[in-house]
Amino acid sequence: MKGNFSAGEVRQNAIIYRRWRKRHNILKNWQLYLMFFPVLLYFIVFCYGPMYGIQIAFKQFSATKGIWGSPWVGTEQFTRFFNSSVCGETIWNTLSISLYTLAVCFPLPILLALLLNEVRNIHFKKAVQTITYAPHFISTVVLCGMVILFLSPTGGILNQARNAVGQPTINYMYDGKYFKTIYVLSGAWQETGFASIIYLSALAGIDPQQHEAAVIDGATRLQRIWYINLPGILPTICIMLIMQCGSLMNVGFEKVFLLTNDLNRSAAEVISTYVYKVGLQQRQYSFSTAVGLFNSVINFIILIIVNSLVKRLNQSSLF
Amino acid sequence: MIMRKSRDDRTFDIVNAVLLTVVMLVILYPLFFVLIASVSDPLEVLSGNVLLMPKGLNGNGYRMVFRDPDILVGYRNTIFYTVAGTLLNLALTVLAAYPLSRKDFVGRKLFTVVLTITLFFSGGLIPTYLMMTNTLHITDTVWSMLLPGAVSVWNIIIVRTYIQTTIPAELQEAATVDGCTNMQLLCRIILPLSKPVLAVMALFYGVGHWNEFFNALVYLNSKGLYPLQLILRSILIQNQMSDNMLSDLDSLANRQVLAESIKYALIVVSSAPVIIIYPFLQKYFVKGLMVGAIKG
Repeated sequence: MKGNFSAGEVRQNAIIYRRWRKRHNILKNWQLYLMFFPVLLYFIVFCYGPMYGIQIAFKQFSATKGIWGSPWVGTEQFTRFFNSSVCGETIWNTLSISLYTLAVCFPLPILLALLLNEVRNIHFKKAVQTITYAPHFISTVVLCGMVILFLSPTGGILNQARNAVGQPTINYMYDGKYFKTIYVLSGAWQETGFASIIYLSALAGIDPQQHEAAVIDGATRLQRIWYINLPGILPTICIMLIMQCGSLMNVGFEKVFLLTNDLNRSAAEVISTYVYKVGLQQRQYSFSTAVGLFNSVINFIILIIVNSLVKRLNQSSLF
Repeated sequence: MIMRKSRDDRTFDIVNAVLLTVVMLVILYPLFFVLIASVSDPLEVLSGNVLLMPKGLNGNGYRMVFRDPDILVGYRNTIFYTVAGTLLNLALTVLAAYPLSRKDFVGRKLFTVVLTITLFFSGGLIPTYLMMTNTLHITDTVWSMLLPGAVSVWNIIIVRTYIQTTIPAELQEAATVDGCTNMQLLCRIILPLSKPVLAVMALFYGVGHWNEFFNALVYLNSKGLYPLQLILRSILIQNQMSDNMLSDLDSLANRQVLAESIKYALIVVSSAPVIIIYPFLQKYFVKGLMVGAIKG
């Protein structure tokens, strides 16, 4: 019967149809749910499960009583951290290493991508890419091993070079003031190449007609890079910047842990290594969890702030 | 359009080529040095004579490396963790990415949010450790190396985006009309067409397992389960070499000298597999990252 349906009836029919369609899709695709189930289970057990244990940050955890039986102590663990002598030092190390890394290691891949993009010779381009990607695949342990070998006061090549030009040997690994620079420069060596991939891909998406127009207008190569390429990859740069800032208080554990020794600890201890030290080595589970929770919350707040700042300035955002 | 090279163009190209060559050399030299130092006479290395060519070719470092049972056990364990772990990773990643790529998968948005939240929040080191030890009882077992990090949300997103942009929905619809079930769709159509992205995922997951250090440090206690990286750490960082490696050397000075050679050889032996493999997959992962990160 061709319809003289009212608007209300049409809308009701649409809703009924949509609900039927949903149920139909669920039943029809039961195999998809079966496929997805193991992964869902994994995330529930290994990611959401431990979140239940976060509550021990507000308790005094004892292994014999378990999570459920341990008494509540409110914010005592947190105040203990803030009043401790290492609190300021640890937070300062974490922040300064992050900012130092941001200042040095963020622009370098962008520069590399901009330069690589201008290369016409495919073989040269591919050679540079292959070589600069290599350090990324080296493990952290090997990287730190190489750093320690090269900086060694007895036979390391850096000190040999210094001696060759008449400079005295410096024991870099055992002097706290060099730690952050060692950390940042080795990070630049390792990650610049690989990090440039995403910017290279973004550059490939820039409309060549803009370049042609610029050439007709008489622009130099540098002008074209500044006025066309850079703005073209600005959204990508912003997103990467947001993500980097979001982990400002998140200096990775492995490299710091491996490069730390008793003599440079005061300049090297960051939040992640401190959490490991008091948690697993000194077994103060509640205290360590509290510090870790503090770290996560701060990270998240910084991420939100940076994201909304950049959203105000641009269109790009993470969420 | 053919662009005539102006003088500005040519100077730029020359400067660019010089800069990039310098970058290449800076990146390459440390790796090259480790290689030549590993086959040189350790005394020459220590006195600074080895710069561009190996001096006093000798394979003592390598001989010592292959004689050490700890290193061999570590190598075997790492190969096992890498192969088993990567297979598990690939299976789980595809099993999650395919449903998420289907528009008619009810609950798709909800599941994506559930997964994405884990990128920003996690239990933290101690709660995870407590759960692994007390609830699951898998500390100091093979599972503690294979299960944590069994899937990565990033990789799920990359594979999902790849499926969405590369495999047309019409193809899947046509197969369904012909009577194909979802499982068959996955196995007969999606998987064969996803080989490039799966190759990239295998590389990333595989390298992750090969270089895995943190999980082993936290969860493993038995030396028999130690992966290569943990052994590397005790030799390269903590300077502890097993006695039987240096047992046939009498003087302390000799031991210290040979220790350097062993370290260089060890670095080459442990990094060689990964360094040799990745160039072959280079063009795949460049594309894969582009699809995943920009469109995802």
